[in-house]
Amino acid sequence: MSVLCPEIPAPGFSFDNCRRNVMLENKGLVLPKATKTGTTIVGIIYKDGVILGADTRATEDTTVADKNCEKIHYIAPNMYCCGAGTAADTEMTTQMISSQLELHRLYTGRVVRVATANQLLKQYLFRYQGYVGAALVLGGVDTTGSHLYCIFPHGSSDQLHYTTMGSGSLAAMAVFESRWKPDMEEAEGVQLVRDAIAAGIFNDLGSGSNVDICIIRKGGNVDYKRTYDEANKKGQKQNSYKYQKGTTAVLTTKVVDVEEVTVRRIETEEMDTA
Amino acid sequence: MSLAIRPYYPDYSTVPTQHHFNPYADNGGSIVAIAGNDFVIIGADTRLSAGFSIYTREQNKLFSLSGTTVLGCSGCWCDTLTLTRILKSRMQMYQQEHNKVMSTEACAQMLSTMLYYKRFFPYYISNVLVGLDNEGKGCVYSYDPIGHCEKATYRAGGSAGALLQPLLDNQIGQKNMLNVKPESVTKERALSIIKDVFISAAERDIYTGDSISINIITKDGITQETFELRKD
Amino acid sequence: MSILAYNGGAMVAMKGENCVSIAADRRFGIQAQTVATNFEKIFEMGPQLYVGLPGLATDTQTVMEKLRFRKNLYELKENRSISPKVFSAMVSHMLYEKRFGPFFVEPVIAGLDPKTYEPFICNMDLIGCINQPKDFVVGGTASAQLYGMCEALWEPNLGPDDLFEITSQALINAFDRDAMSGWGATVYIIEKDKVTIRNLKTRMD
Repeated sequence: MSVLCPEIPAPGFSFDNCRRNVMLENKGLVLPKATKTGTTIVGIIYKDGVILGADTRATEDTTVADKNCEKIHYIAPNMYCCGAGTAADTEMTTQMISSQLELHRLYTGRVVRVATANQLLKQYLFRYQGYVGAALVLGGVDTTGSHLYCIFPHGSSDQLHYTTMGSGSLAAMAVFESRWKPDMEEAEGVQLVRDAIAAGIFNDLGSGSNVDICIIRKGGNVDYKRTYDEANKKGQKQNSYKYQKGTTAVLTTKVVDVEEVTVRRIETEEMDTA
Repeated sequence: MSLAIRPYYPDYSTVPTQHHFNPYADNGGSIVAIAGNDFVIIGADTRLSAGFSIYTREQNKLFSLSGTTVLGCSGCWCDTLTLTRILKSRMQMYQQEHNKVMSTEACAQMLSTMLYYKRFFPYYISNVLVGLDNEGKGCVYSYDPIGHCEKATYRAGGSAGALLQPLLDNQIGQKNMLNVKPESVTKERALSIIKDVFISAAERDIYTGDSISINIITKDGITQETFELRKD
Repeated sequence: MSILAYNGGAMVAMKGENCVSIAADRRFGIQAQTVATNFEKIFEMGPQLYVGLPGLATDTQTVMEKLRFRKNLYELKENRSISPKVFSAMVSHMLYEKRFGPFFVEPVIAGLDPKTYEPFICNMDLIGCINQPKDFVVGGTASAQLYGMCEALWEPNLGPDDLFEITSQALINAFDRDAMSGWGATVYIIEKDKVTIRNLKTRMD
């Protein structure tokens, strides 16, 4: 392989390290866990479209890895998708399907349907038999109306009017079961979604921090409200822990100057046609 | 990862199913204690949890054993209840037998013995015992689940122990700092540091939160205080 | 024992006002035995871009070589230096390609944008899930201790001198409570016009 003419890498996953990793595992070393989004994610259908909601905590075992992560992923201009499960899987799966749908849109010249996205996602997840650990709530609007799907890691899916997923799904579903009704107004719907997510944030330890909300209205008007509600404020610290200069013992110091690179813009001249 | 190579189909398994009984639960919780020349402060969060759910947001994990001794427990809550119940009765028996209240040092030694007594079926608790010694000086004793006892001036234990301890090393123990004169910590500073370390722990440890209960022990007795933490 | 703890190591990166810091310990061990105390885990990927790769030491070096190769190709093709954001996307995709047979590294990236000098920090898990907070990121075997230190010490708008003291104190005190890391530390303070690299004096036990 030449540097100037690199090989086109093979698409898909690479299994190069698998044998080595199994060898390490057989030697008694424990394989590390990936970041999970403990998560509460929800979605409802209301009178004029779909509302999606999510908390913003990502956990690694019992510690919080990310206090404000984004769990409502962009799929298409008329579609968004909440992800729970292995954080990298939800992120990468939605990115990939999003790109496939964009190509599909350009090819067909039509607004892509939510059913298409659902089918692509579930077929992809089924292929990996649940090892791609993504539990998704897909919501969007198209020419056939508003749709909400709930997709499981093994590749099954449900079409529902209101749904919840993740470790906080029970807490959130309790709120929906008591208060959801068909053809809700937008303000009422947003409040219901906020309360469902808040139930997850406060009662499920895997969920926490803030409430993100995404409203997708019929006609494709989207309102993505990142940090719609800061459910928990960080406590106010009593002291400042700044140190005096020279508190830390230093052995050697090296300073590398960074040269400033200036880029001069050359204005294009009119072609001389005289 | 082995699953990726050797798929596991529980419905078609040919090996006999084995059932295990796990006698322990991890109910979380964190303890911090700081001792000074004439006082000792102990704080514990008030969240009792298991897995991903919260049992209660207001569980006091500090047990006063005498007028000058307080024990903080976190870990398996059922073991905590049993241990503290037996401890209290032993304290009472001591008082009735010797006609005096047990000193903090004696308490610390007794706790160690009681934990080691159950060496092969231990109480699954992280204990921090604080009190005033016979000279009225604050002292902190920390334990492992089977009774190893260590005397210190500051200690963090429980689910967020690893998060809290280095800050205490730095701010109370004045570790790794040049140009600082050694000085003992004041009561006000100890109190504010305890609040700050719990604010930090509540941010990152899912088992620490809701609020903290603080006991301040001086020669005049024990005063109690609470401080709110985040609730998610 | 986890594979990520086989060689040990601690890492932290913090944002300051118009500057960023990245710091790591210098231990290279095999389980509990310390083998070397001059092991570098932070690598230069541009004049103002550094990547730290705590985890299994063999993968630290393999991944570093792969990243350097890809970064060099990008810079030859594009004839401009790589921005931290693009670089982290590259790392993330490289790690996720190996979703079912990962490299055992949890990268930490710190740098300034080559055009706007905007501070940038991020970390990832071993399969490339990016976490991009506004304050600090940690990695390695002392991550629990570092979380506790950084949550208490970090505050907004730190200048380069304060940032150095806070990063160093957070790292040293954290790895003193971790058996798998320590034995010296290196701190990089990245500013608009210079990068300051300091080796710290720490406990060697």
